[in-house]
Amino acid sequence: MPDPDLRSVFAAARRKRTLFLGGTTLVIALLAGVAVTLGSADLSVAEVYLAVLAGLFPDHFTASDTAMTIVWDYRLHRVLMAIAAGFGLAIAGAVMQGILRNPLASPFTLGISSAAATGASIAIVLGVGVVGGDYLVVGNAFLFALLAAALIYGMARFRGMGAESMILAGIALMYLFSAVTSLLQYVGSSEQVQEVVFWMFGSLGRSDWPKVGIIAAILVVSTLYLVYRAWDLNALAEGDDIAESLGIPVRRSMTIFMLISSLVTASIICFTGTIGFIGLVAPHITRMVVGTDHRFLLPASGLVGALLLLGADSLARTVLAPTILPVGIMTAFLGVPFFIALFLRGRGE
Amino acid sequence: MAGLAVRNLSYRIRDRRILSDISFDAGAPALVGLVGPNGSGKTTLIRCIDGIIRPEGSILLDDTDLSLLPRMEVAKRVAYVPQGIRNNSSATVFDAVLMGRRPHLSWSIGKKDEEEVVRALELLGVEDLAFRQLRTLSGGERQRVMIARALAQESPLLLLDEPTSALDLRNAMEVMELIHRLTVDEGRLAIMAIHDLSLAARYCTGIIVLSGGTIAAQGPPADVLTPEVIAQVYGVDAVIEHRGEIPYIFPIRPVTKA
Repeated sequence: MPDPDLRSVFAAARRKRTLFLGGTTLVIALLAGVAVTLGSADLSVAEVYLAVLAGLFPDHFTASDTAMTIVWDYRLHRVLMAIAAGFGLAIAGAVMQGILRNPLASPFTLGISSAAATGASIAIVLGVGVVGGDYLVVGNAFLFALLAAALIYGMARFRGMGAESMILAGIALMYLFSAVTSLLQYVGSSEQVQEVVFWMFGSLGRSDWPKVGIIAAILVVSTLYLVYRAWDLNALAEGDDIAESLGIPVRRSMTIFMLISSLVTASIICFTGTIGFIGLVAPHITRMVVGTDHRFLLPASGLVGALLLLGADSLARTVLAPTILPVGIMTAFLGVPFFIALFLRGRGE
Repeated sequence: MAGLAVRNLSYRIRDRRILSDISFDAGAPALVGLVGPNGSGKTTLIRCIDGIIRPEGSILLDDTDLSLLPRMEVAKRVAYVPQGIRNNSSATVFDAVLMGRRPHLSWSIGKKDEEEVVRALELLGVEDLAFRQLRTLSGGERQRVMIARALAQESPLLLLDEPTSALDLRNAMEVMELIHRLTVDEGRLAIMAIHDLSLAARYCTGIIVLSGGTIAAQGPPADVLTPEVIAQVYGVDAVIEHRGEIPYIFPIRPVTKA
């Protein structure tokens, strides 16, 4: 019979995970509630909430037109975008770190983010793109991100590269795409250069309801699928032979997981620009608390990512108000010290 | 009781033959030692038996052809402890052993899964480490955890690749005692690649000597591990002394080529 002692430790570990998931969700909800009240327009907290309620239940609440416009057209979708983008980038990072068994894996180190920047630059500077019109920049960024992922994965498949070589190849690609972006900036006009630079800062300022809808739809489907296959991710994280021996078709699973994490990343950064760091750090922070079981690690990483990005964006909107700082800058300012502190504490134990 | 029958197994990578015409039988309880020089095909044979790579020929376990089964069914029948386990995993011992339940699991963990994990941890004497991270363990502890995972898999056939190669004298003997107990005393069947001939002679019930991808000799340790076989396969002069049933092997020098 199992040790009653060991049993109670299991139960405690399970409680801790549930508590962490519940706690983070609650903090996100509260922070989102505060974040919608932030801004330069002179609205009271009560007016803001009345406008939110009026939008949701128009029969029961009414708010002034100004309040309705500011909250629904400017603030609310930005807050939701921060949550969705943070969630998605973190989940994509967690999957990449898991299947490549490398703590350095993230959309950034695999060259996906800088490929997106190159795609965007081509659209901005040369005006060339696969999709025209309003989605010229977005379409290019999306396609280039997927192209980088396909290149890395193609090399891995055909030359039988291991995880470490994939990350090395990713970093090499990152330099290559950065060079192309620099070249484009060199030949571009000053307005174009400014636009490229702004794109690369990463910002939630370009969000709107349709974009939030697209990202949310992709996230719901991919998160459910990934959590459903969490055991396979757990096994892959332990090594190819072990996973194969435990009954998991390794190559096919790797392809699917790479595809999904790249798709999630691409669909987010094509709208927001490069937001680094979340995908790298959120899974690490989460792993320190909830452990390596992807059934909990994935949703918890997503929530931590959402919290980080929402927190960073809220700060970016307030520290130099009315100037709004690009969120990409803020995530690094906020995240790096936090991460290093956590890391050093973990080492010390 | 599990019975393994390997028939005419060959494996090649492009034009290079790694294994040719391997045939042998093994029935539980037994601990079969696969010995042979580096590159003789020990690991490849083990990976073939587990279906990680697909050889020609047939591998029957209890009269079922393993190559015809879906991966998940093979995983219920064959457990594998690879060599050189990664040592930077931050998974806890509990989670690592729980992974062995993967072939039996739906999404959530049942009472039985938890109990099997605890049972395996206790059998290997690592229950106190349950919530330590793998990367904080010593080599001997980690090897025990990996064997515990294979046991939690509850498969009739156990494959081990060099379970003692990274261990010191005492840990190596303890792990071998343990594997011996789990197989010979408790009725399991295990195939184990092993470099140390003395350990193999002492603990295995049968030995298969691989040389250049073919079987050079097979049988009980005392019959197989002779000075002639060791000279022929390893190119080493050796003296063998018997204490009771057990041959002890003393390597003397590399054979000088005439």
